[in-house]
Amino acid sequence: MSLEYYLVLSALLFTIGVIGVLIRRNAIIIFMCIELMLNAANLAFVAISRDLGQVEGQLFVFFVMAVAAAEVAIGLAIIVSVFKHRETINVDEVNSLKG
Amino acid sequence: MSKGLIIVLLISPLVGFLINGLFGKWLKGNEKLSGGIGALTVLISLICSIIAFSHIQGSEKPFNEVLYSWIAGESFSFNIGFHVDALTTVMLLVITGVGFLIHVYSIGYMHGDEGYTRYFAYLNLFVFAMLILVLGNNYLMMFVGWEGVGLCSYLLIGFWYEKQSATDAGKKAFIVNRIGDFGFLLGMFTLFAAFGSLDFVSIFDNAEAGTFKQIFGASTLVIATLLLFVGAIGKSAQIPLYVWLPDAMEGPTPVSALIHAATMVTAGVYMIARSAVLYNLAHTGQIVAWIGVLTALFAAIIALKQNDIKRILAYSTVSQLGYMFVGVGVGAYASGIFHLVTHAFFKGLMFLTAGSVMHAMANELDIRKMGGLRNKLPITHATFLVGALAIAGAPFLSGFWSKDEILHSAWGSSKIIYIIGLATAFLTAFYMFRLIFVTFYGKSRVEPEVASHLHESPAVMWVPLAILAVPSALIGLLLGVGGHNSWFHHFTEKVAGFKGGHVEASGNIVLFMVISMIVGIAGITYAWTRYKNRVPSAEPTNALQKLVANKFYVDEIYNTFIVQPIKNASHFLLWKLFDVGIIDGIVNSVAALIRVIGGTLRRLQTGLVQVYIVSMVIGIVLFLAYYLFFA
Repeated sequence: MSLEYYLVLSALLFTIGVIGVLIRRNAIIIFMCIELMLNAANLAFVAISRDLGQVEGQLFVFFVMAVAAAEVAIGLAIIVSVFKHRETINVDEVNSLKG
Repeated sequence: MSKGLIIVLLISPLVGFLINGLFGKWLKGNEKLSGGIGALTVLISLICSIIAFSHIQGSEKPFNEVLYSWIAGESFSFNIGFHVDALTTVMLLVITGVGFLIHVYSIGYMHGDEGYTRYFAYLNLFVFAMLILVLGNNYLMMFVGWEGVGLCSYLLIGFWYEKQSATDAGKKAFIVNRIGDFGFLLGMFTLFAAFGSLDFVSIFDNAEAGTFKQIFGASTLVIATLLLFVGAIGKSAQIPLYVWLPDAMEGPTPVSALIHAATMVTAGVYMIARSAVLYNLAHTGQIVAWIGVLTALFAAIIALKQNDIKRILAYSTVSQLGYMFVGVGVGAYASGIFHLVTHAFFKGLMFLTAGSVMHAMANELDIRKMGGLRNKLPITHATFLVGALAIAGAPFLSGFWSKDEILHSAWGSSKIIYIIGLATAFLTAFYMFRLIFVTFYGKSRVEPEVASHLHESPAVMWVPLAILAVPSALIGLLLGVGGHNSWFHHFTEKVAGFKGGHVEASGNIVLFMVISMIVGIAGITYAWTRYKNRVPSAEPTNALQKLVANKFYVDEIYNTFIVQPIKNASHFLLWKLFDVGIIDGIVNSVAALIRVIGGTLRRLQTGLVQVYIVSMVIGIVLFLAYYLFFA
């Protein structure tokens, strides 16, 4: 299979992620969409890595996964904490930093 | 004479100042120690002064040495250096001699005061500054001392700072002196621009040789000397800047004796005598003499109608300073300085006796509430009488000799000055004996509760009085006999410029003496006939008396025409317009502008995460589009 298929899939996944982040109001869904974008990037890395026959791309994927794991831990903690205070995870209602 | 001697002389009071100033807290409980240190340090200076005096007396040349270079540039240098000649030693002896006695007197006078150590610290600092003033070998050092004594004067006038009138008087003295000091500064600038140096020796030599830059053409020296004289007018309380001195009586009485009678206020006379060479060349002495004689008359007239014992003495000081300026103005420098010396003794004495009266009377100052004090305060009365006789020109006492010399020299310069001076001598005798008769003679008008504990002052106070009374009476006989051929004139003739004073001693000096004597005795007699058994009336009876009693309304005139306009200008122009309008206006407009910008931009901060993300995405898309299609 040629590289284009992988990259198109990756772009699709990334776009779905961006749109999800932009239009959904539930913090957990937004969070999942961010994960989706990260994994789209991972897919592109792996595909290009195989196409070029170089291992660095796959190496980077491990870093991204590690970062994503850390992000999940912190992000979920924030969401839990927000829910405790506000009893909601609707991002439109969490706007106390309004200028 | 060695440098070391001068350094000890100068530094000793400074050490006293540091001890009393820094460790005052621990010395507070021990008044004898604190006051003793103050007096002892001045005693050391006095001993050094006597040694310096004996050296100078035997030597031909003045002592002039540079201690170290203070400020040095490519084309100029200012040194810390000492110049000691006959004039300096005379001043040194007056400052440390009278100063020492007043320190001793203060030990008793200030007993029990809250600020005892602070008082002695200031007094020592004053002596130190005054010594710098007379010891310096250039105008800059003189100026440093000049400002130093001004500061101490301010601190000591406002010594009882809880009293509004005392702090006001202190500020008044300081501000009025600022006007004079400004003149002194400009004079120094003129001299420096013309001579490129401020050293006495260098300036006087070049002035005599005519080798200096004529920065104002032929009138360079005239302008320089007149500007210096403005400084002298301020410091020595002459018309029109005399107004601070009567108010300065708010300070403790020994301060009035030391600073505002004997030493600091004579600094102007010293400065002109020191600059004698310049005044001789510039021929500006006439102006000095006229200001002096007018001040002498004016202050004497005001003194006629005052009822505050210290203010009478203050106006008398202004008047006597006027005499000194007549002396140095007509070129009789030695006579002017001689009067400075005798005046320091008898006026210092009278202020101290006035302090003794106040001490006995629970700080009462109004002579109408005294009377008959001679029986209760015999020593005070006797010493005051000596001082008053001396100032009134009673035959053979010190004031007789010095005043007569000045008048005699004035006759050779201008007959009118002589006549005004003579009239002033009459008034002086009159107001002094008015003071004596009202205070010490007649029936007692002392209030009963004060009368019950009327007492003579303790020995620490009356002994200095008795010691001061001796020179007040005799110093004229010792130094002044022979008029222009007296010992004092011979001693000071080597001082730069003293000989070139164009004094034309004309007329028979004995005749002048007889006239002065008659005038003095007439004044005393007239006072006796008027105030033997009479109290000064509380209310002035006619317009002229009212005018005099209110000091010719000079303070009110200054207040209306100078102080209030300046206050108003400050209030409306400087404060309301410039400070509030312009300075604050600029600051506030900048702040307002930033607030408007901030108020607009803050609308971008919606607090909604997704709005931020949209803007980020749009940004990224734009960047990508740019790099893909345009780069």
